[in-house]
Amino acid sequence: MLKFYTKRCKGCGICAHFCPRGVLEITELNKSAIVPGKENDCISCGQCEMRCPDYAIFVKKEGA
Amino acid sequence: MKSMEELVNEYFRPNRLPHLWCPGCGNGVVLGALLKAIDAEGLAKDDVAVISGIGCSSRASGYVDFNTGNTLHGRALPISTGLKMARPDLNVITLSGDGDCSAIGGNHLIHAARRNIGLTLVVFNNSIYGMTGGQYSPLTPQGARATTAPYLTIEPSFDILALAEAAGATFTARATTYHVPILVDVLRKGIRHEGFSIIEAVTGCPTNFGRQNKLAAPAMMMEWQKEHGVMKAAWDKMDPAQREGKFPIGVLSERTDLKEYTKAYDEIIERAQSGKEAASA
Repeated sequence: MLKFYTKRCKGCGICAHFCPRGVLEITELNKSAIVPGKENDCISCGQCEMRCPDYAIFVKKEGA
Repeated sequence: MKSMEELVNEYFRPNRLPHLWCPGCGNGVVLGALLKAIDAEGLAKDDVAVISGIGCSSRASGYVDFNTGNTLHGRALPISTGLKMARPDLNVITLSGDGDCSAIGGNHLIHAARRNIGLTLVVFNNSIYGMTGGQYSPLTPQGARATTAPYLTIEPSFDILALAEAAGATFTARATTYHVPILVDVLRKGIRHEGFSIIEAVTGCPTNFGRQNKLAAPAMMMEWQKEHGVMKAAWDKMDPAQREGKFPIGVLSERTDLKEYTKAYDEIIERAQSGKEAASA
């Protein structure tokens, strides 16, 4: 499950670029968000969280 | 192990986010890696001092909840040296940018390395003076474009780790904002190392370096790091032609045979207080 801190996001696009499943996109408001319809595609790999320079996206592992 | 979210909540000062770094600036990744390393080493907040100079990267000290100091341009190392001399028990972590550390504070770097004083120096190398508008620094790669080099830089750049090692640094390591787990690992080893340790964190400045060098998309800067950073073990097997334009990452040199400066100084104090003449070495 992805947790966004939208206020911190500056829309740099690093998370969307490195997401292996194409779950993320940068919206017209210049914020990272889940691509509509891909809500269940996240595999919790943590690439977005690891590379986000703004601490704006975190991955919560299921059951954790 | 704490999650990144818990680390940010624990170690950041309240209300400091969003930080002021540009969209896609790698400094946030380096600072995050440092928090991971400090937490994994189990250091208490009061036992850590984070001292920085001036520059984009040096803003990092103001964000985190340790004993911190945002000091003079290029002078982070002398102030860290003084702090370490007064409080050898502290884990002093010095944050500096490439210009701050290699140009303005270049002399301080070689002398801190020469003394082998137990500091952990983290150099945020974004290859440019970001805060002042993109002037080239001693670590800007030769042939790159900068505001002060519209026809490309003709100056060769420093290999800051080779420089520090030659000056006497006993631990040198490099990682990038793409290779985050390696960055955390070398930061941990650098903090644990007793003498002077220098860690070069290769980071991206999309605003002032990237835009002038066809790497404007922040993710492209990370892709560049991925393609050009080579693990030390693989690097050692490469011939000079394969190494062209690339750089090694990981721990590049480490030695433990030299005495740490504050330890040597403690012996001086002991000798002076014993009333005996100094034995000629």
